[in-house]
Amino acid sequence: MAYSKKVLDHYENPRNVGKMDAGSDDVGTGMVGAPACGDVMRLQIKVGEDGVIEDARFKTYGCGSAIASSSLLTEWVKGRSLEDAGNIRNTEIAEELALPPVKIHCSVLAEDAIKAAIEDYRNKHKTEMAAG
Amino acid sequence: MKHPIYFDYAATTPVDPRVARKMSDCLVAEGNFGNPASRSHKFGWEAEEAVEIARRQVADLVNCDPREIVWTSGATESDNLAIKGVARFYKNRGNHIITSKIEHKAVLDTCRQMEREGFEVTWLDPGQDGLITPERVRDAIRDDTILVSIMHVNNEIGVVNDIAAIGEVTRAHKVFFHVDAAQSAGKIDIDLGEMNVDLMSFSAHKIYGPKGMGALFVSRKPRVRLEAQIHGGGHERGMRSGTLATHQIVGMGEAFRIAKEEMHAEGRRIMALRKRLWDGLKDMEEVYVSGHLNHRIPGIINMSFNYVEGESLIMSLPELAVSSGSACTSASLEPSYVLRALGMNDELAHSSLRFSIGRFTTEEDIDQAIRQVRVAVEKLRELSPLWDMYKDGVDMDKIEWAVH
Repeated sequence: MAYSKKVLDHYENPRNVGKMDAGSDDVGTGMVGAPACGDVMRLQIKVGEDGVIEDARFKTYGCGSAIASSSLLTEWVKGRSLEDAGNIRNTEIAEELALPPVKIHCSVLAEDAIKAAIEDYRNKHKTEMAAG
Repeated sequence: MKHPIYFDYAATTPVDPRVARKMSDCLVAEGNFGNPASRSHKFGWEAEEAVEIARRQVADLVNCDPREIVWTSGATESDNLAIKGVARFYKNRGNHIITSKIEHKAVLDTCRQMEREGFEVTWLDPGQDGLITPERVRDAIRDDTILVSIMHVNNEIGVVNDIAAIGEVTRAHKVFFHVDAAQSAGKIDIDLGEMNVDLMSFSAHKIYGPKGMGALFVSRKPRVRLEAQIHGGGHERGMRSGTLATHQIVGMGEAFRIAKEEMHAEGRRIMALRKRLWDGLKDMEEVYVSGHLNHRIPGIINMSFNYVEGESLIMSLPELAVSSGSACTSASLEPSYVLRALGMNDELAHSSLRFSIGRFTTEEDIDQAIRQVRVAVEKLRELSPLWDMYKDGVDMDKIEWAVH
């Protein structure tokens, strides 16, 4: 199958690959997908006190489109507020990477991953928020 | 763009130059272009002679009578003709068919069609080694069984079934036995004089002949009758009508002749190349070979690189033409049905690559492949959260994955 230039670029030079300390207070981790389905994404965000995403890291097991979707997402979420990042839609990712219909699920997975990471971060800070 | 190194000989092979020359002699006005069915002039007689020489060449490779060879358009058509032809002709005798879950789609889908026509099909599970044993076949035979269809060599993993032993079981129970030999003919010895096989499918393009050409062996002793699937001028003793494609047939004949002469030496050479490939990769962590380690043809090896997804692995190997057991492009996201039937877990099945080695593969090709696979797997494992978890000692079977 032919991949778009942008998919190939992210695939060959993936941005922000890595792992953060999932136990750290300012880190939110989202892991979505399943090995049996052929893709698993782990997306991690580091959030500043102002609620802005300072850094993002990913690792993905999956096809080229899945790797590119998560790599692109890490670029997009940096510098955004949690709310803003949570509004990123899979259709934007699919459009940016020119994913064919059979690969749309990769962008859906990326959207799920950022949502899961934000939720994880918010769960860690639930008590503060309630108190604050 | 430079072509990648070809490691997909199980999918198809290039036509051997010797075969191509013979074929091109049967096309233009100065060549042997006549219709083999023309009885009234020399053009027809010469074409018929060429067809009969080829028929003998095919028969010679597998030790049968040339009159037992029926020309078809390929192994898919041969499988269709064998299964539909026998089932429909003998439907008054019984309506039960036995096959396995790891047959080629040409057999699986034909058997599904027979189910729609009211036949009952038993789908045998292979062992973890990919083999169908005679015992499994014997246990599945019933009073109303009319046909067993089992492949000789599996196209994805390369394991070899003991056809002779299965044939003893089917013959003892007076059940017809069809064997898809698309991947075995010209690779390992087939002696139809010794084996109790009633029908056998062959392909030309898997052994350096042309695409669009195949044959079906139909036993005369004991006699097997078939209901024709293609009707017309009554060619091939009424079993398969249609003007015979002299150039294709001559090509298949020449390819089978060369195979008979060279297959043993070639098999030893290819075996050494396969060993070289595996020796160059086996020290990596979490790498597995699928299927029985000894009962296999030299040219096919299917390896799983755990925690790396097959499609992205192929994407990382643009200079190698290999195939993957992963099917991330299909709507179902299901990996290879063959690897799953072996009991392999989905992750590992998604991580598989099939290398098939052939006549034009060199040691340098193998060494290139080893280098490139090692780099690609290392790179993708660095990217893989599953590899992280494996390295951290996390038991991934205990995680509740959100299966999507």
